[in-house]
Amino acid sequence: MTESIQTTTTTPTSPVAADAPVEEGGKRKIRWTTVAIWLAIFGLLALLGWGLMNANATRPEVGSEAPDFTVEFFDGYEWQGLPSAELADMRGNPVVLNFWASWCVECRYETDALEQAWQKYKDQGVVFLGVAYSDVEPNSLEYMKDFGVTFPHAPDLGTDISQAYEITGVPETFFIDQNGTISYVQIGPLDELTLDSLIQRMLVQ
Amino acid sequence: MDRRLSSRRLLAVVLLALVALLLAGTVFAQDDITDDDVNDVASDLYCPVCESTPLDVCATQACADWRELIRTQLSEGASKQDVLDYFARQYGEGVLANPPRRGVSLIVLWIIPILGIALAAMLFFRFMRGLHAPSADVVMSGGSPGDSPETAAVPEKPRPAPGTTSAELDDYISRVEDELGD
Repeated sequence: MTESIQTTTTTPTSPVAADAPVEEGGKRKIRWTTVAIWLAIFGLLALLGWGLMNANATRPEVGSEAPDFTVEFFDGYEWQGLPSAELADMRGNPVVLNFWASWCVECRYETDALEQAWQKYKDQGVVFLGVAYSDVEPNSLEYMKDFGVTFPHAPDLGTDISQAYEITGVPETFFIDQNGTISYVQIGPLDELTLDSLIQRMLVQ
Repeated sequence: MDRRLSSRRLLAVVLLALVALLLAGTVFAQDDITDDDVNDVASDLYCPVCESTPLDVCATQACADWRELIRTQLSEGASKQDVLDYFARQYGEGVLANPPRRGVSLIVLWIIPILGIALAAMLFFRFMRGLHAPSADVVMSGGSPGDSPETAAVPEKPRPAPGTTSAELDDYISRVEDELGD
């Protein structure tokens, strides 16, 4: 008589298995909601991975190739009389790429040193390029006029250049050798001695 | 004839004077840009130097310069959208508090959160459905074979077969309790 009581217990199964009823032929029926969920999960993971890759875009370091960019120079501050240029156009010359801003107090400590170095090394093929970061153009022009700056300068349009170089702030200066390789990165203001030694090092390469 | 000419001249002079007055009024109004006008635009922009600080409340010199630029542009007749477009072009779309819904902004700020919410809702729904589904079916003998599918689908309380003795009933109850205990 006790055999008359039969219990059938189902153990918990995975959602996929639970949602994949077996058809008469033994084939599992595809549940489109399950497929959609998995697709959405993989899609989200792919998007997150892509976002992380972009967020962790590595800052160009010493020894790596300097990212190329295009600049549109301020009027009166062109390079070789050109209204715009690419970094690649300057290949073959050492480049001193200086990020600055008129609102930056520390930038004021190095501007004279940069101008003096430009005057000293411009005939030896060294290119100086000032990039005004997040600055208002009239203020940039006024700053350059006040300090008597004469080397090429350009605004950082769309902050594309500062993003490519992942700068941490201003002033920041990248020394790029004749082959387009970053030879030194200076965070903070430069002095004349440091500038001299770094430029000399690039020139002897 | 002369009288008609002179009246036309007079009319032209009056019209010119009216136009000049209107233009002067417009220029005067644009010169009178208030801090609220500037902050209305600045609140839709972020400081270029500080992290996540709206331009209207930022105290840095860079932000003060930008606010002054906004004031200048507004006084020159630019609309709020003109100013925002200029800043996006000049300093990148990262400075906008409400970046346009396209490209990376569209994916990061809209598509991913919406997909995430939809996915979470679907998973929650499935979880709740699984929670309420019976985890065990108790199949009892003695059910009439002629039960309708509707009746059969409803889980019945286990009951002893007819003619069960008291000892068997006790045994049955203890087994049911064991089952329930599991």
